[in-house]
Amino acid sequence: MNEDLLVDVLARAVQRGATAADGFLVEERRFATSVRMGEIETLHHSSEQRLSLRVFAGRASAAASTSDLSRESLDRVVDEATALAKITAEDPHAGLPEPGALIARVPDLDLEDAAADIAPEEKIEIARRAETAARETDPRITNSEGAEYSDRRARYAYATSHGFVKSYATTGYSIAVSPIASHDGEMQRDYWYSTARKRARLEDPVAVGRTAAARALRRLGARKMKTVEVPVIFDPETAASLVRAIAGAASGPSLYRRASFLLDRRGTKIASPSVTIIDDALVPAGLGSRPFDGEGLETGRTVLVGEGVLESYLLDTYSARKLGLTSTHHAARDGSGVSVSTTNLMLLPGKAAPKDLIGSVKNGFYVTELIGFGVNGVTGDYSRGAAGQWIENGELAYPVEEVTVAGNLLEMLSAIDGVGDDLVLRDRTVAPTVRISRMVVAGT
Amino acid sequence: MTDLASTRPESFFSDRFNITAGLMERVLGGNLVGKVDDADIYLEYRINEELLLEEGTVKKASRHVSQGAGVRAQSGTRTGYAHTDEISIKNLDEAARQARAIADRSSTSGVVALASRGRPHDLYSLAEPPIAADLARKLDLLKRIDAETRAADPRIKQVIASIASEEVVMLIATASGWTVGDIRPLTRLNVTAIAEDGARREIGSYGGGGRVTFDFFLEEGRWRRFAGEAARQAVLKLRAVDAPAGTMTVVLGPGWPGILLHEAIGHGLEGDFNRKGTSAFSGRLGQRVASELVTVVDDGTIPNRRGSLNVDDEGTPTGRTVLIENGILTGYMQDRLNARLMGMKPTGNGRRESYAHAPMPRMTNTFMLAGPDDPADILRSVKNGLYAVTFGGGQVDITNGKYVFSASEAYLIEDGRVTAPVKGATLIGNGPDALTHVSRVGRDLQLDEGVGTCGKDGQSVPVGVGLPTIRVDGMTVGGTAV
Repeated sequence: MNEDLLVDVLARAVQRGATAADGFLVEERRFATSVRMGEIETLHHSSEQRLSLRVFAGRASAAASTSDLSRESLDRVVDEATALAKITAEDPHAGLPEPGALIARVPDLDLEDAAADIAPEEKIEIARRAETAARETDPRITNSEGAEYSDRRARYAYATSHGFVKSYATTGYSIAVSPIASHDGEMQRDYWYSTARKRARLEDPVAVGRTAAARALRRLGARKMKTVEVPVIFDPETAASLVRAIAGAASGPSLYRRASFLLDRRGTKIASPSVTIIDDALVPAGLGSRPFDGEGLETGRTVLVGEGVLESYLLDTYSARKLGLTSTHHAARDGSGVSVSTTNLMLLPGKAAPKDLIGSVKNGFYVTELIGFGVNGVTGDYSRGAAGQWIENGELAYPVEEVTVAGNLLEMLSAIDGVGDDLVLRDRTVAPTVRISRMVVAGT
Repeated sequence: MTDLASTRPESFFSDRFNITAGLMERVLGGNLVGKVDDADIYLEYRINEELLLEEGTVKKASRHVSQGAGVRAQSGTRTGYAHTDEISIKNLDEAARQARAIADRSSTSGVVALASRGRPHDLYSLAEPPIAADLARKLDLLKRIDAETRAADPRIKQVIASIASEEVVMLIATASGWTVGDIRPLTRLNVTAIAEDGARREIGSYGGGGRVTFDFFLEEGRWRRFAGEAARQAVLKLRAVDAPAGTMTVVLGPGWPGILLHEAIGHGLEGDFNRKGTSAFSGRLGQRVASELVTVVDDGTIPNRRGSLNVDDEGTPTGRTVLIENGILTGYMQDRLNARLMGMKPTGNGRRESYAHAPMPRMTNTFMLAGPDDPADILRSVKNGLYAVTFGGGQVDITNGKYVFSASEAYLIEDGRVTAPVKGATLIGNGPDALTHVSRVGRDLQLDEGVGTCGKDGQSVPVGVGLPTIRVDGMTVGGTAV
């Protein structure tokens, strides 16, 4: 990786009148292939690089980025960013972290696969095996949106105009399968996936395919329901979306804009005592792990919610200064500058077996899919389209679709009366099965 | 700050990267022509600029350049795609070899795609592209918007306003020797207001734009209207009551509620899902899918609209496709691949997010034609129900047809009168029968203000929607008030 390029760009920004600057350089190569109905459908190769830059003119700042790393283009980007910084307003909270706070030694988090690459034919075969397994599960799997295999190799470097430069590399692999089950004119699609930092840690493609098929099959025969208020159980995939919503409301930019239902609630009880949510950047080979954040600060383990109490917000340097707090080292770089993002975010498991949680419900709803954007981060009001299984006398009885589940996130968090023991770190944000004592399920 | 608009796509890429139409044809000819059913090379150069005001000042400004080339080869149902962000002949040759690997694994179908030699439209030639407008004028407008929004009501405590501008230069060369380019300006102004009253806090957002000059925002009092709407919505919601739950009659207001069409039927009528038989609308051409009051079109040729294009991202001129005519399903939206495989014509709906993505069938501006009714009469005709006028996002499951969309401004209808505002509620339904329950169509067709972005398979593209006031009998409203 050409870290010198990044250092040169920052030096040029200072030459052009910037008082400080920092930058992120990402280089990546990706390969993806999909197979549908046994035939190769797509092959996609790519190589990309992107340099993003933030420049300060005193306490004013601007951001720029480019995928054109030619000398001429970089010079133009630096000039434009420096010019933009001069027209933006002074902001007493703007600026780089203190140089002494930057990471001294980059820990090895085992994020890069040392194994040699395999031939495209073998990758196609992985996708084909996953799809074939899904299609052979049951004669009612009649169609498919296909199976995809993808891999990615990336390198990240961060530098500041004070002379700091550090970098790290990652790899990522995934398989996803999306079969379609049909019966009596009804069609239902579902999916399953596996993703890992090492190819050898991907789940067996046959198992992924079979799970995807089982998920599509169990939706056949779906009914609509009458509107009712009942206990609702979120499966691990849908429960993870609740955790994401909490993290969004706890992020610095939402808070200083007063656009969060968690405003002024740090140190207070926001959920039932069975709820503990942590963000851990240092999980070895973790999908969300990173050794330092988007401002070169050492990452770690943050308790977001501890036994129901909101313990910490998620902050970068700027939002922390705005709120009179210190950064929690959650800065992320995106196209428009610095934002906040989580790493490995998880709701810690409880003691209940998922089947016991389901068994505890006489009449209720087990949610396996949520669609739509009905989460209001300002008020916590929640209303989303849902599909899943109806629970009768402690058993999954029949599939349900075309309903909504609604409530308010703060009330929902307080009403969590069961947390499963089934946490698996299979994605960046994960949760075990969660039971909420009552929610409105709207239907006919 | 840019000289893009003063040039043509061909000369832009030849001046900047030494890539001419002739060289692109040579890459195609040497690597792909005769070996695959269809192939193209797509070059793109894009500049984005964003200015963001919060807490009364513009503290965030950013500018981004992205450039790259994508080479595609198609053989039967197979697509090979390779992209690079360094535009050079060496990389184009390498990408073409990678893309061609798809064809080496099977014989071609023998059906060669026909060139789409239609004339590109001229829908958005601008005196000054929005990205080139003076920064000082943009900053000044943002400050005036901040003051206007705050002045609307003392309960407005935060204002966030942004102006995003973009210019894309694209050039595509196809295997059949057809090269066409486009220069696409785009801008959007957004205003978000946060109102507080005691412990209650609410958000209102409004905005608009299109393939228009910066002055568009100053004309016809637009910026004042956007600011006023954001403030009005935030304050209104402070007194909103819990939304009802269950099935009821819903009246959708004109304009942006057209997102119903986009989700409930639009995606299901994209060619790829229908070719694969994975859409709830598969095999239903010629059948009744809506009440006879309903005619829905997708039209990429409306001047200056956010969803419009002179040519799509495969070089096919956009068109006006009638999707549903008087309730009967009449057409699908097609890209070249799916049109070829289904024996249909490309409709100018082959779109991609950027050079890093292969095109697929996508919507442009999708709307329902006006009907005969007075909107006020439509509201009066409802005894009890919901009147929804502004929406957030929506989503659909193509295969089972279930769609949702979230109302951000809605009211109860009681005895034919619009009464209390309700909190955000999700509306849910089944695409293939949603429009069969349309019982009244207003004469007030409006297109949205120019804010829509559609996501599919991880690719985002700007789109438009439109709707007259309509009455839908029996939609499920996902509130909390049982």
